[in-house]
Amino acid sequence: MKILVCISKTPDTTSKIAFTDGNKKFDEAGVQWIINPYDEWYSLVRAIELKEKDASVTIHLVTVGGADCDPIIRKALALGGDEAIRVNADSTDSYFIAAQIADVAKKGGYDLIFTGKEAIDYNGSSIGGMVAELVDAPYISLATLFELNGTTATITREIEGGEEVAEVSLPVVVSCQKGVAEQRIPNMRGIMAARTKPLQVVEPVAADNLTSVVNFELPPAKAGVKLVDADNVAELVRLLHEEAKVI
Amino acid sequence: MSVLIFVDQTENHIKKASYEVLTYGAQVAKQMGTTAEALVLGTVNDDLASLGKYGITKVHQVANESLNHVDSQLYAKVIAEAVTASGANVLIFSHNQTGKAVAARVAARLKAGIVTGACALPDTSNGFVVRKTVFSGKAYANVSINSPVKIISLNPNSYQTVAGQGTAEVSALNVPLDASKVKVTAVNKVSGEVPLTEADVVVSGGRGLKGPENWGVLLDLAKELHAATACSRPVGDAHWRPHHEHVGQTGVQVAPNLYIALGISGAIQHLAGVNRSKVIVVINKDPEAPFFKAADYGIVGDLFEVVPKLTEEIRKMKASA
Repeated sequence: MKILVCISKTPDTTSKIAFTDGNKKFDEAGVQWIINPYDEWYSLVRAIELKEKDASVTIHLVTVGGADCDPIIRKALALGGDEAIRVNADSTDSYFIAAQIADVAKKGGYDLIFTGKEAIDYNGSSIGGMVAELVDAPYISLATLFELNGTTATITREIEGGEEVAEVSLPVVVSCQKGVAEQRIPNMRGIMAARTKPLQVVEPVAADNLTSVVNFELPPAKAGVKLVDADNVAELVRLLHEEAKVI
Repeated sequence: MSVLIFVDQTENHIKKASYEVLTYGAQVAKQMGTTAEALVLGTVNDDLASLGKYGITKVHQVANESLNHVDSQLYAKVIAEAVTASGANVLIFSHNQTGKAVAARVAARLKAGIVTGACALPDTSNGFVVRKTVFSGKAYANVSINSPVKIISLNPNSYQTVAGQGTAEVSALNVPLDASKVKVTAVNKVSGEVPLTEADVVVSGGRGLKGPENWGVLLDLAKELHAATACSRPVGDAHWRPHHEHVGQTGVQVAPNLYIALGISGAIQHLAGVNRSKVIVVINKDPEAPFFKAADYGIVGDLFEVVPKLTEEIRKMKASA
């Protein structure tokens, strides 16, 4: 059983969001980089749990990015990945990135490909679906539970106003969110072991960038809160009805 | 050349989010001097000709019951066929659960550039640039789509539905279907509640409610407003409320017209899940709660006193209306 876990490097959730270079680039000054929480907490940890149940499972990690991704990959290896592949390319286009991952996936012959439900920077929610299409596999998005019985996966996914449970034969691509697993902290043994685990750097395959970021903008600042006295709740109702027109 | 809008359905009825994308798509078509057409998969009980009210000239339907469940693999194939058959060069989805399952797949199949989480009409004055939310709503990116076929998936609740007059032509589309590789064994819908991501009003509770036994005040308010209920992460983690109610960076992201936060301090991760709300009301006894900085209206006070009064005042207002 071979599992491929897609890893993305994102700014920490508390990072100040600012832009430089005429609002064309994310301002990286002072930013802490982390593994995208959906990739780490849910998809990677679930893969590790499957490996803990069945020692024949191997977990490969893949990321698309420059050498600045290596500390993030090492952390993912410390948590429990066996090997990592970094495709040495920078892109903000989801098709280009998915094409790289699909190429790694095809060469590696994986039974299971995990992604997070989205990366917390570009919020694309696209890579899983694209990779699935490019490797011609079923895709289950927004998974909240993942169980494996031999070569059949039972997956619960979020749908509007509830959930759907489905069975699917491997190989399958799954995007994971809260519920699939719980966050873990790497231990010292894992951190030491990660130093010597293989991290292979490969050059990208040819693929088009179908989109490009023109610029970024910050939302206009809020006008400021209008405070209403706790003894005058009727005034809040009036404001919501007459001024904001939301009730 | 045309704009094709994917119409999402559940239990044989068109979803609310679909009317938003129909209105949006018709506007995109108008802007580009072309026609807006819709695509419906599966069997629906709604009158499809009436989609003309939203500016749609033609509705393509693949009325096959096996499409009543969303299998992204089948859907991608059928939708890609429909794009080719209708000669569409712009394809529009809602960025809801179905859109997240399907849109990117179709994009890869057609080698079409995609912008997900769009929040405004595309700028077609020079190329094709779509504004989307990034960094969980803390910023926008203007993204240029550079491929011949362009795909947009629109954030729910970010475009106002407008219905006018009109009748659309309904035409059956025959697409050969493969057998699904995904076997749906159960569908569990939370009945009687408003789905969180589709709600116009959301009432959300945090640790300030002190325990699950105190949720009555929140539920009363939500009922009066026909609101969906939500909670902060600590509340979900403590199992005071089901975890599908957790709103925030790593939970559900909502964009209602009105978000009422009770006893939630407003950590940056929580704000990331609610900052696309049109109006935010915060009720908290701590005047220093960071949520007040992101709020439009606020009351500093004990929620156990304020909220029942609020529910009562809303009831009075509705009675007099």
